[in-house]
Amino acid sequence: MIRLEKIDKYFGSHRVLSAVDLALEPGNVTALIGPSGSGKSTLLRCVNLLEMPEAGRLELGDLRIEFSRDSKPARDTVLAIRRRTGMVFQNFQLFPHRTVIENVMEGLVTVQKWDKARARARALELLEKVGIAHKADAWPVTLSGGQQQRVAIARALAPSPEVLLCDEPTSALDPGLAAEVVEVLRQLASEGMTMLMATHDLRLAASIARNVLFLSNGVVVESGPSREIFTRPREQETANFVSTLTQSLPDAWAS
Amino acid sequence: MPAWLHLMAQSLWPLLYAGLLFTVPLTLVSFALGLALAFIVALVRLFGPKWLVAIVRFYVWLIRGSPLLVQLFVIFYGLPNIGIVLDPLTAAIIGFSLNVGAYNSEVIRGVIESIPKGQWEAAFSMGMTRGQALRRAILPQAARVALPPLSNSFIALVKDTSLAAVLTVPEIFQAAQRIASVTYEPLILYTEAALIYLLFSSVLSSAQVRLERKFGRHALFQSGS
Repeated sequence: MIRLEKIDKYFGSHRVLSAVDLALEPGNVTALIGPSGSGKSTLLRCVNLLEMPEAGRLELGDLRIEFSRDSKPARDTVLAIRRRTGMVFQNFQLFPHRTVIENVMEGLVTVQKWDKARARARALELLEKVGIAHKADAWPVTLSGGQQQRVAIARALAPSPEVLLCDEPTSALDPGLAAEVVEVLRQLASEGMTMLMATHDLRLAASIARNVLFLSNGVVVESGPSREIFTRPREQETANFVSTLTQSLPDAWAS
Repeated sequence: MPAWLHLMAQSLWPLLYAGLLFTVPLTLVSFALGLALAFIVALVRLFGPKWLVAIVRFYVWLIRGSPLLVQLFVIFYGLPNIGIVLDPLTAAIIGFSLNVGAYNSEVIRGVIESIPKGQWEAAFSMGMTRGQALRRAILPQAARVALPPLSNSFIALVKDTSLAAVLTVPEIFQAAQRIASVTYEPLILYTEAALIYLLFSSVLSSAQVRLERKFGRHALFQSGS
């Protein structure tokens, strides 16, 4: 179980998150949606502490952190939380100086101290799972964006994280390439991977996430099962936002 | 054989010998020490506590802002006044290392900062410490970017070692001076010395090209070659 409570996050004097609560049940996929600047990426990055909140609590299994302005959390706890979460970035962020398989092995070898042979076997297994084992020895720059993102997913999954954090996983990709990434994410969801994704792509959210959290100006406006949020939103602001998904086709096409 | 060519041939071995015995070791040792210093200074500038940053900034300011020749004089001829007597080679190595360290600390700091923030985050997100991220993700990429400016500095150092002549280090230039003073042929001797510096720096440049190829495997694809 992963839980964030009453999270406040400031950039300078600007408050990006205000008393945000988030609970992720094992095996569930949760999507963070909202307009640009709503704080969804920031919230996602608070889970693995790439952003350090100024107030609130984080709970991941037996690990707990109480945030405050005056004290930094213990380094070992921060590292432990990052070791137990995996992250996928909008721009992939593969290491360009390492081959595809070396990218996937990196966390296992450097952080988890696996021996190389075992890490290689695990990496190959994951590359097969995301359909890219044939590129194991290629350099990342030679891959398409969709392929790079699938490698990045394999890399994030390598140490068997308790949750996969996806920050706009399809936003840098054209629709065709996005589809292959969505397919991989859907597959993971169906296998019971706990996931949290921040996304602009309401189609991605609607098709994969069981729960949705709608953020606006750093506040949770509404959260609940995706079907509810997308079909019967309680708040007008949510309704306006999700209507961009349901009414994205020209009116004339409806008839 | 014309007389000037005969003189050149005769002095070739003394000059080469001075180069191999003094110029090359002086360059290699100073550059290695200077680079280590530059790396430490760069890390302090990037991640160190404020008071230490202030100290290393002062050091960089002092060394970059004053002439190398004057610094060498201070170290070799000045320090004995406060009881620090150094042999010429040691004084030269200290002077050159301090210079290499000051200039290249800025190069190293710059290339580390040029690596996108996302690369740090990718490393941190798997639970790496800052040291691990630096070693495994950032420095290998930074090294390739740093290679051309560092090579520049290395070649500049090969030539700057001629200043050690004024500290009585018997390197190439000093050997040329010595022979010129007895043969009264400064044009021939100093031209020959220049050619020998050219020879040493050319050999070193070709080493740079090979290093760049080695470090740049992953980048070859980016340029489409």
